[in-house]
Amino acid sequence: MIGNDDNIILKLEDVSKVYSGTVAVKQASFEVRRGAVNVLVGENGAGKSTLMKIIAGVEQPTLGRILLDGKEVSFASAGDAAAHGIAMVFQELNLFGNLSVAENIFATREVTNAVGKIDHREQNRRAALFLDRLQAGIRPDMLVEDLMIGQQQLVEIAKAVSLDARVLIMDEPTSALSAAEVEILFKVVADLKAQGVAIVYISHRLEELIRIGDTITVLRDGRVTGSELVKNIDTQWIVRQMIGSDAKDFAKADGHRPGEEMFRVEEICLPRATGGLAVDHVSLSLRGGEILGIYGLMGAGRSELFDCIMGRHSQSTGKVFLDGKEIRQRDTASRIRRGLALIPEDRQREGLVSILSVATNLTMSSLRRFASLFHINGKAERHAVDGMVKELSIKVADPVQEVSSLSGGNQQKVVIGKALLTKPKVLLMDEPSRGIDVGAKADVFRTMRRLSQEGLGILFATSDLDEVMALSDRIAVMSNGKLTGLFERSEATEDAVIAASALGHGPTEKTGETLHG
Amino acid sequence: MVDATANTREGAASGGSLLLTLMKARTFIALIAVVLFFSFAVPTFLSTANLILMSKHVALNAFLAMGMTFVIITGGIDLSVGSIVGLCGMVAGYLMLNGVDLLIGYTVYFNVIEIVAITLVVGTIIGAVNGLLITRLNVAPFIATLGTLYVARGAALLSSDGRTFPNLVGSVDIGNTGFGYLGAGRILGLPVSVWLLIVVALAAAYLARFTPLGRHIFAVGGNERAARVSGVRVDLVKMFVYMFSGFCAAIVGLIISSELMASHPATGESFELNAIAAAVLGGTSMSGGRGTIGGTIVGAFVIGILSDGLVMMGVSSFWQMVIKGLVIIVAVVVDQVQRRLQSRVTLMQMAKVG
Repeated sequence: MIGNDDNIILKLEDVSKVYSGTVAVKQASFEVRRGAVNVLVGENGAGKSTLMKIIAGVEQPTLGRILLDGKEVSFASAGDAAAHGIAMVFQELNLFGNLSVAENIFATREVTNAVGKIDHREQNRRAALFLDRLQAGIRPDMLVEDLMIGQQQLVEIAKAVSLDARVLIMDEPTSALSAAEVEILFKVVADLKAQGVAIVYISHRLEELIRIGDTITVLRDGRVTGSELVKNIDTQWIVRQMIGSDAKDFAKADGHRPGEEMFRVEEICLPRATGGLAVDHVSLSLRGGEILGIYGLMGAGRSELFDCIMGRHSQSTGKVFLDGKEIRQRDTASRIRRGLALIPEDRQREGLVSILSVATNLTMSSLRRFASLFHINGKAERHAVDGMVKELSIKVADPVQEVSSLSGGNQQKVVIGKALLTKPKVLLMDEPSRGIDVGAKADVFRTMRRLSQEGLGILFATSDLDEVMALSDRIAVMSNGKLTGLFERSEATEDAVIAASALGHGPTEKTGETLHG
Repeated sequence: MVDATANTREGAASGGSLLLTLMKARTFIALIAVVLFFSFAVPTFLSTANLILMSKHVALNAFLAMGMTFVIITGGIDLSVGSIVGLCGMVAGYLMLNGVDLLIGYTVYFNVIEIVAITLVVGTIIGAVNGLLITRLNVAPFIATLGTLYVARGAALLSSDGRTFPNLVGSVDIGNTGFGYLGAGRILGLPVSVWLLIVVALAAAYLARFTPLGRHIFAVGGNERAARVSGVRVDLVKMFVYMFSGFCAAIVGLIISSELMASHPATGESFELNAIAAAVLGGTSMSGGRGTIGGTIVGAFVIGILSDGLVMMGVSSFWQMVIKGLVIIVAVVVDQVQRRLQSRVTLMQMAKVG
């Protein structure tokens, strides 16, 4: 394994973190070395972000010890960790759009003169020093909301660098950066490394990790499954550690054959706010009873594709056909009525009205079915709700309970039930297994199988390789808004799928256009 | 009313805690408390004549508060209702006195029913303007309705150059007599305006509980994005609530003009604040998604009885304002405490389940 202990600045020993009901991190040990890029990888939900939040003091470990310079410490808050020289670049931007770049960089530690007035000139001067290193053409007096998203990410990075941290955590820093910006970031990382800063680097982009990483630690289901020097390993090794060999419960294929083509999209495009295309001329078709898995990394454009299909973006272009007929109505309500249904990725923000009851949420999309003229037939509605609760085995004492009182898995079942009550022909599922426990996952997969057997077409997006390999009849791969691969299950291999998902990504753009379409 | 009792029943069923149940029924308890207090403090308080007078006062605010409740449930606010009251009163008065000059030497006069209908349409249209500003042009509800507040009030003043339209008895020749019925008429001893309130309140409560539109109003306020993804036509729902609010305001404008047999352009100033107060007192959450018509009506009664009772006791109007303000603050504080208690009870129940 990795020798040489005197360079270790921060060490986590058997750290566990338990949230109400779920264990996010299980007895993980992690070492952070000075003057090195310490890479952390794992699938979504593997516990990377939780582990980082523990280091940054945002969360406190339930069990285990944190050693800084060999002494045990405990961080009560993010400010506490910062005082110990630990800074973090968060995946979600934590910037104030209404303030200037300099004001953001010096937020909570403003440069003031003797009477406490903020010295804007000095702040701008110092901020300019950090910004110059990033070579992004950002002036300190610009408002953050006027910057493009990639530039905002750089400001976030400048802010973390300006803290003179000894340990700098970067959670997916490149997710919003262009290739040129990534190069700049890597230069900054190299500078920091030379200064002896310990960098903890999280990313999904494997080539990127191999390129800048020194040591690598892989997390799976909250456990550390491997820890190595990057020079000793290759992407294959990472994937093996990430996926593991333990069998997940993916409900067996029933061997039914998909029928005729029932659904087709042609040339779907969606412009990105920051320029370029979030969905880039994607065309797909789906047969009745077929499960088509769409694999891709974060930001590959899967969710955006689903949003376009559901008519959630007025700027999107392209055609959608169902049963051979084009759906011209562009609004979500009409598309649901025509037989499309979406299970959104973000349950809390887009899936549920959390202050309303389970029953109200279940029937929200399909009230017309229970209403004659304008009167809701309470009996018919209750009947449908009870039926769906039983069908999806939603664990709820009484459907009038608020939906927020359910566990994540059961909430997800409510979202699925809501879609199914509209009697859809095509079901779009965006990360249907995210953030739910193993039992609920198995239930969801079983439901998908059953629905496909009943003739429903299912499109599901996931960044879980296991899942896409086990559940799909066909696998489509997206990267950078483009469709970069389409495999029959029989011919799909993990390597081919991963390779396709990395096309057009990362600092080297050389393969971007070759496999388009 | 239906809803308030349903609310308490639900509380008793699900809550393990008596305190929680009491808190949920707080508006009702407050109503009983003010009625009891004033029936001891003011000897004539419980006389039939006084009760009828008070219910007429309450009805005006209750109409506005119902419209406001739906608006607030969707997460918005409607500041323009007071001005719509004023403008609609002026529209009715103008049509009574002047008719519509067709510019070809003829003037068309309408009978009372037509005038009522036109006025209601005018109120609804102003509500629609609010709705369009909010849904199409993305103006924040507070600003959009603040704008229409000024425009409608200005229009009301312009319509008569600031003067009052007096003596709206109409004339038999033109056939537009009988406008006073709305404000002074009685059916089975109860004022017409109170009957109207009962009808509109029942309709609104029905709408909230038993129609898809009602469900959608709550969904939009609870989580607009999720509602949109679920296929709720969010913009139409918002249009409806502002139009309904304008419609309710038009009713109030008509009733006041009819009671006074005159239209004054300053009628209805600051009525919107009383309406918001009644809705909030009745348990409507300003952050949207929660509220009942029954609760709002009870809230309107609490505020109305409080102010009438204090007048009868001879309390100065300055103190009345202080007391009203305190009642509203206490109501909202209790609301917050109840929420927190509620979530704690829910968490404990979840923990017990495992």
